[in-house]
Amino acid sequence: MYHYDDFDRTLVAERVDEFRDQVARRLSGELSEDEFKPLRLMNGVYLQLHAYMLRIAIPYGTLSSAQLRMLGHVGRRYDRNYGHFTTRQNIQFNWIKLQDLPDAMADLAKVEMHGMQTSGNCVRNITTDQWAGVAADEIEDPRIWAEILRQHSTMHPEFSFLPRKFKIAITASTHDRAAVKVHDIGLRLHRNGAGEVGFEVLVGGGLGRTPYIGKSIKPFLHKRDLLSYIEAILRVYNQFGRRDNIYKARIKILVHELGAEAFAKEVEAEWQLIKDGALALDPAVIADVAARFSYPDYEQLEDSPATLTSALASDPQFKIWFGNAVSNHKVPGYAIVTLSLKPTGGPPGDATAEQMDAIADLADKYSFGEIRVGHEQNLVFPHVPQRDLPALWKAIDAIGVATPNLGTVSDIIACPGLDYCSLANARSIPVAEEITRRFRDHNLARDLGRLHINISGCINACGHHHVGHIGLLGVEKNDQEYYQVSIGGRADEHAELGTLLGPAVPYAEAVDVVEDLVAAYLELRARPDEIFLDTVKRVGVEPFKERVYATR
Amino acid sequence: MTSPLQQKLKVNGPVIITANRLGDGAVVHFTADHRWTTQLDEAAVVTTAPAATELLHAAVADDIGAVGAYVAPVVLGAEGKPAPGNLRERIRVAGPTVALPSHPEF
Repeated sequence: MYHYDDFDRTLVAERVDEFRDQVARRLSGELSEDEFKPLRLMNGVYLQLHAYMLRIAIPYGTLSSAQLRMLGHVGRRYDRNYGHFTTRQNIQFNWIKLQDLPDAMADLAKVEMHGMQTSGNCVRNITTDQWAGVAADEIEDPRIWAEILRQHSTMHPEFSFLPRKFKIAITASTHDRAAVKVHDIGLRLHRNGAGEVGFEVLVGGGLGRTPYIGKSIKPFLHKRDLLSYIEAILRVYNQFGRRDNIYKARIKILVHELGAEAFAKEVEAEWQLIKDGALALDPAVIADVAARFSYPDYEQLEDSPATLTSALASDPQFKIWFGNAVSNHKVPGYAIVTLSLKPTGGPPGDATAEQMDAIADLADKYSFGEIRVGHEQNLVFPHVPQRDLPALWKAIDAIGVATPNLGTVSDIIACPGLDYCSLANARSIPVAEEITRRFRDHNLARDLGRLHINISGCINACGHHHVGHIGLLGVEKNDQEYYQVSIGGRADEHAELGTLLGPAVPYAEAVDVVEDLVAAYLELRARPDEIFLDTVKRVGVEPFKERVYATR
Repeated sequence: MTSPLQQKLKVNGPVIITANRLGDGAVVHFTADHRWTTQLDEAAVVTTAPAATELLHAAVADDIGAVGAYVAPVVLGAEGKPAPGNLRERIRVAGPTVALPSHPEF
């Protein structure tokens, strides 16, 4: 966990007071909507189809049990008893009232939470691997760098009015769980030939209307130069990024139009002017930030304790869940446990206030009071003693978050879609729910292997459909919902954009198409362990296309 | 973003003015006597661009009552009562088409 200092606490408290005053002036008419809108957006407050929506930042996806309990409280007291975890490690409440927002924010501030950097044309909540600090394949904890960037970018006057929003993600593992290649800036911690740890810097990735995979513009950046180099990128973007056309305002368009090499030269020139100035990171500053992260006081435990091996031998259901939801921890005797927020027939990424309370209690009991949020819209207990896994499984199964479907066809990433979002053209949630019903046999789903379905309700691509193994994009034609289908996308270290299969299909057929694609895969796969993505890679999209459109 | 008052309205059937209430964001509709109501059948229905423009001007002028006023299509029932004219408006009026997690029905 990261622990705020007095500066952080004061900043958040002052922001609550400011916003309370702004809301009062808006409600009295002293502020017009045009004046108020940018102020509310700076605090993560949107106006959606039915109500205001509050988006709360969960920096680098790390939550304490006290914070999760507070989120449950906010859901219960100010909303409709549930929240929605997003693809950027935030949480959203969909029914909040403007007049209640200052009180809700004051409650959140008690546990060091807020909505800053969750909206507007600023540097947004900086995301990372939900297994940060515990992943067995990690070089070092990337959250320290995310925190340094958070502190630098929060209310940074030069970068509060960028041409468009700006998203940064960091990974420190061989396997990228943070989708860094589809962010405005992706940072990959790695070791160079001399054994030093630094960053590969990728820029210009992103999804939305014009998707691009990020381009590497700096193979190795020393840690001391992180802030100055990021600042140089932002300055080049701020200077040359387009402000005349919202659809061409993201940095990915600038990188594409200039070319990555020319863009890198601009950054390099700017960087040379500032790299040895105030932004050069002093090791003492890095150490100070690192020291504010606390880690559990792990016991010395053995892997595979008797309670675990015995449960695995005697309980087939536990064994199935263990194989699906439990991952290797870097400390012997411990495990990383993922909680599925993808119940059969339920909306992806939602948790009720009661579930949040129960998960917070279980985190205290089994995970040193710590929870993580992943961009796949599931939660994680990062520090579970392996001996406790059987008891934990029973407890999370009782509250509906032990569905053994992680990484399978029913572990769907989806945006809120037209059921909530004022930008959407089509619904996402009912499509996702129907897919989970069709594939409710989790044994069959696991036999299908890793298969990621991503659904977006509009071209803004909050459901990351471009990088789904199967991606569905909702569009509207003559007031009817249709879905474009793409296959072959991925968001990991080998990130690729999916290929569009053909004409969009109507709402009523969208889930049938997914079934057709799965049936085609089962016929086409070379062997049972060849995953959908590899089959697409091997045979191309044509056989899938033929299957989908043969009868349509 | 362009103000709704600067956009040229195309009206091809019955329309209303709809928005979200300032205090709680609830879906509200503009009435003939220039009030906001949550009841769709109390909304003023107009069928021409000039009439819609005039109503929209009055709605936008009330910056405290509601936010983001715009022209939305409706269809008229047997008794002339308006119903939402497209899916987006049906969802705005009736709520999400899925069960809320706090009230699961699956």
